[in-house]
Amino acid sequence: MGSYVPSTLKERQEMLESIGLSSIDELFAHIPSELKLNRELDLPSGKSEMEVNRLMNQIASHSVVFNTIFRGAGAYDHYIPSIVKSVVGKEEFLTSYTPYQAEISQGVLQSIFEYQTMICELTGMDVSNASVYDGATAAAEAVNMCCERSRNIVFCSEAAHPDVIAVIKTYCWASGHQLVMLPVKDGKTDFEPMSSQLDKKTSACLYLQSPNFFGQLEEVEKAAEMVHSVGAKLIVGCNPIALGMLKTPAEQGADIAVGEGQPLGMSLSFGGPYLGFMAATHAMMRKLPGRIVGETTDVDGKRAFVLTLQAREQHIRREKASSNICSNQALCAMTASVYLSAMGPQGLQQAANLCYQKAHYLAEQLTSLPGITLKYNGPFFHEFVTMQKDADKLLAALEKEGILGGYPLKDGSILWCATEKNTKEDMDRVVEIIRKELM
Amino acid sequence: MNIPNNLLYAKSHEWVEEMGDGSFRIGLTDYAQNELGDLVFVNLPQEGDEVEVEAAFGDVESVKAVSDVYSPLSGVVCAVNEELLDHPELINQDAYEAWMIQVNEVSDKEDLLTAEEYEKFLSEEA
Amino acid sequence: MQLLFERSHAGRRCTILPSCDVQTCELDPSLCRAQAPRLPELSENEISRHYTELAKQTHGVNDGFYPLGSCTMKYNPKVNDEMASLPGFAKVHPLQPEHTAQGCLEALYLADQYFCEITGMDQMTFQPAAGAHGELTGLMLIKAYHEARGDFKRTKILVPDSAHGTNPASATMAGFQVISIPSLENGCVDIDALRQATDENTAGLMLTNPNTVGLFDLNISQITEIVHQAGGLCYYDGANLNAIMGIVRPGDMGFDVVHLNLHKTFSTPHGGGGPGSGAVGCKEILKPFLPAPVVTKDESGYHLCNNLPQSIGAVKEFYGNFLVVIRALTYVLTLGKEGIPEASSNAVLNCNYMMGHLKDVYEMAFDKGCMHEFVMTLEKLKKEKDVSAMDVAKALLDNGIHPPTMYFPLIVHEALMVEPTETEPREVLDHAISVFHKIYETALSDAQILHEMPLHTPVRRLDEVSAARNPKLRFQF
Repeated sequence: MGSYVPSTLKERQEMLESIGLSSIDELFAHIPSELKLNRELDLPSGKSEMEVNRLMNQIASHSVVFNTIFRGAGAYDHYIPSIVKSVVGKEEFLTSYTPYQAEISQGVLQSIFEYQTMICELTGMDVSNASVYDGATAAAEAVNMCCERSRNIVFCSEAAHPDVIAVIKTYCWASGHQLVMLPVKDGKTDFEPMSSQLDKKTSACLYLQSPNFFGQLEEVEKAAEMVHSVGAKLIVGCNPIALGMLKTPAEQGADIAVGEGQPLGMSLSFGGPYLGFMAATHAMMRKLPGRIVGETTDVDGKRAFVLTLQAREQHIRREKASSNICSNQALCAMTASVYLSAMGPQGLQQAANLCYQKAHYLAEQLTSLPGITLKYNGPFFHEFVTMQKDADKLLAALEKEGILGGYPLKDGSILWCATEKNTKEDMDRVVEIIRKELM
Repeated sequence: MNIPNNLLYAKSHEWVEEMGDGSFRIGLTDYAQNELGDLVFVNLPQEGDEVEVEAAFGDVESVKAVSDVYSPLSGVVCAVNEELLDHPELINQDAYEAWMIQVNEVSDKEDLLTAEEYEKFLSEEA
Repeated sequence: MQLLFERSHAGRRCTILPSCDVQTCELDPSLCRAQAPRLPELSENEISRHYTELAKQTHGVNDGFYPLGSCTMKYNPKVNDEMASLPGFAKVHPLQPEHTAQGCLEALYLADQYFCEITGMDQMTFQPAAGAHGELTGLMLIKAYHEARGDFKRTKILVPDSAHGTNPASATMAGFQVISIPSLENGCVDIDALRQATDENTAGLMLTNPNTVGLFDLNISQITEIVHQAGGLCYYDGANLNAIMGIVRPGDMGFDVVHLNLHKTFSTPHGGGGPGSGAVGCKEILKPFLPAPVVTKDESGYHLCNNLPQSIGAVKEFYGNFLVVIRALTYVLTLGKEGIPEASSNAVLNCNYMMGHLKDVYEMAFDKGCMHEFVMTLEKLKKEKDVSAMDVAKALLDNGIHPPTMYFPLIVHEALMVEPTETEPREVLDHAISVFHKIYETALSDAQILHEMPLHTPVRRLDEVSAARNPKLRFQF
């Protein structure tokens, strides 16, 4: 059986005797017998490392690993530089807890400070926290930041990622905020229904994602103007790679920028762990949830970093804390930092441009086939929706060739994504396979 | 212990100063600031907000703690010492200069202690 | 040391991506950002050295003893990480067709079964990303349960005053009012106070057992019964599960819903703050409300079932911190039915051993047999020698030991909470015991020097007041 307990049975006995006990059972003797399990756990017997390795490999082999992926929809297949895995695999980072003891945690603390700086640079916002669980909970936490007792009506775009909408819904239900969904028109959020409901006393915020779930760029500035006119806040969900070229949430008038950081060096991982990033205007700094690292000095005047503004947090403010978050996604935040360092400003711009160019090439090639058209005509970044017949048949044909095609939407259309990883050759192959299927 | 005679005190360690125009200023006592340690942030209500006897109207943060500040009277906030928002350390420096809010239209008041009574209360508490 | 941005030199770079192989088109300049983000410009060598230097200034479990109470800093087995990097887990898109993700679903299904058996629950969800997220999810299940019965008056959650801060914070986020229950002097729940606080408005109780002072509350059956009789449900905070695996199960103590910290009890690395996993298990009565989707199995294979009309909805994207679950599953498979109770037994043994050899000089908050962690109070030392829990903690830093949790639980003054875990060999415990003794002697003989420690760490005590008064939260270019 497997075990990570170092002490031998003899040592255990000696340890027991040194504190006046004779058996392990005595340590649990005070627990009432009727509460105890009093049987073996109904689990398999423990295994050696080699056996476990074999078993887990067997299980993993039951999944199909696609080498060519044209599916995004919230999880993106980007190239991960080798340095990323090497750095975040360092055991000091991997095996440390939250940096409560700053004197021996400067490495983690400084890396978070650097991460916060990079998120501010990406989004254009003033302050960033040290991360939250993912893009969806970042959006839901941002909503909570904007709600007050009387201002608790939340507007949310139907064009946001379905999981983000679902999480916002769940959180709003729990905390009693009223949620108003804004419909999609031509692939973009229709703000019209909001204009009559915006109110200076009750409107808390709008959550808007751009590029949205369908890949379309939203008219964020227009939304900002509308919500700000009644003193409500604008939360913008953004794609961090797209921010290599697109206007920042700050430039578009956001009060809070949130997003899914997975594209910044995290593997697809069947959905997690990913990274929720959150940045806000200076005015909202003290409403940010979670850990925040600040710069200070030590007693010798040396620059140092420390968890700060802690009085916002659950361990101090308890039931009055605006969020309960404690553990976050620190290692994923470090992943993002290393990724962004390796890419640099040019590399990130290049990644964004490659995504943009490839997606537009793929869209052009696909729509050159008879019977395939773009569903929406607005500008898009690296995702777009096509209308065609037989989505399932087309995707199955691609799958047979080892290609994970676009994501089938409920209405029979397909949401495609292209990244820098997709070569012209791959895309031409996709078009060829579909051409044959359509014949 | 610094407990000026011209002020009244609440058992929750706030001081009250009558301004002579029907309004009152409220702040934290020197004892309270000393117990709380270095203050790093102050949350205050806004002008026009209503405060209620023995209900929290704001809080003060130190590095590792947060404490509610209670109102010894019911009324309407007519002024807020906004300087404290940028300089919470003023409370540590001189607790009786660093008033937090000024309240008028006072409708209710708790039984406040004189300086002498407050000093006795503190010695009993210790 | 320098920040990445200070090391940066314009024009330096790594060469990661190829040039564009398709015909390009222009993006409307009105959609573009005005200025590129000021990311560092560095060669790969410089990045590598930067992070190596940062790593040297970080203390992990791999660097030495880490008895951080309530955090269960046990060794993180390497095979877990290797299994989590298998392409069949790490390179699977969350929205792949179900039949191409069978390995991932199988892993989730197995983990569901195993964790149900360990906790005595009927079904798990792995969506919650951390302990606090699990608490929120569990409380939402309780809320949905009451609402589904048309019972909207149950707005109160009972939380002991010794609880982790996440408990009351989670209850507030779930829309409940928090009622704090005082603890007895022995750290256990005050049954009379509980009875008094429990009524037809009680939605539930949040509790951890062993409690936050490391004691097993012997009245646990009575406690959960009082809540059940009033129509409330009982939530188990799994932070302290490492004390009782295979010995007592939350489900058998009367709990209806539980969260596990896979990053504590089940050995997955904490990564300097996360990712964790706050898997939630529940009894049959709460199953209909679990977050969607859940994994099911039939003769055709494994499926993601979204057909849960009473579900609270989603609490996270996709299926949670999946690779963390893979690590925990690897751990459970390794230990198996023999190794899991062995881990808990030795966690409790190591803890009692340390406590037994420290109590001659250090005052224990509760001087009786502890479970997996114990709490010391330095109140006397503070009064007599002006040496605080903080001073002792900082002195440990100079000895290469990560300090225990300080100033928690709040009901103990000058608290230090020690959790050695089962993966520490005896000589490490012996060394720590001797260091604690040495520090105590220093406190008696030369308290002043303790106020100045640490002396040998990369930085020394920090000015936290300035950090909070004048927040500098990003590099200023």
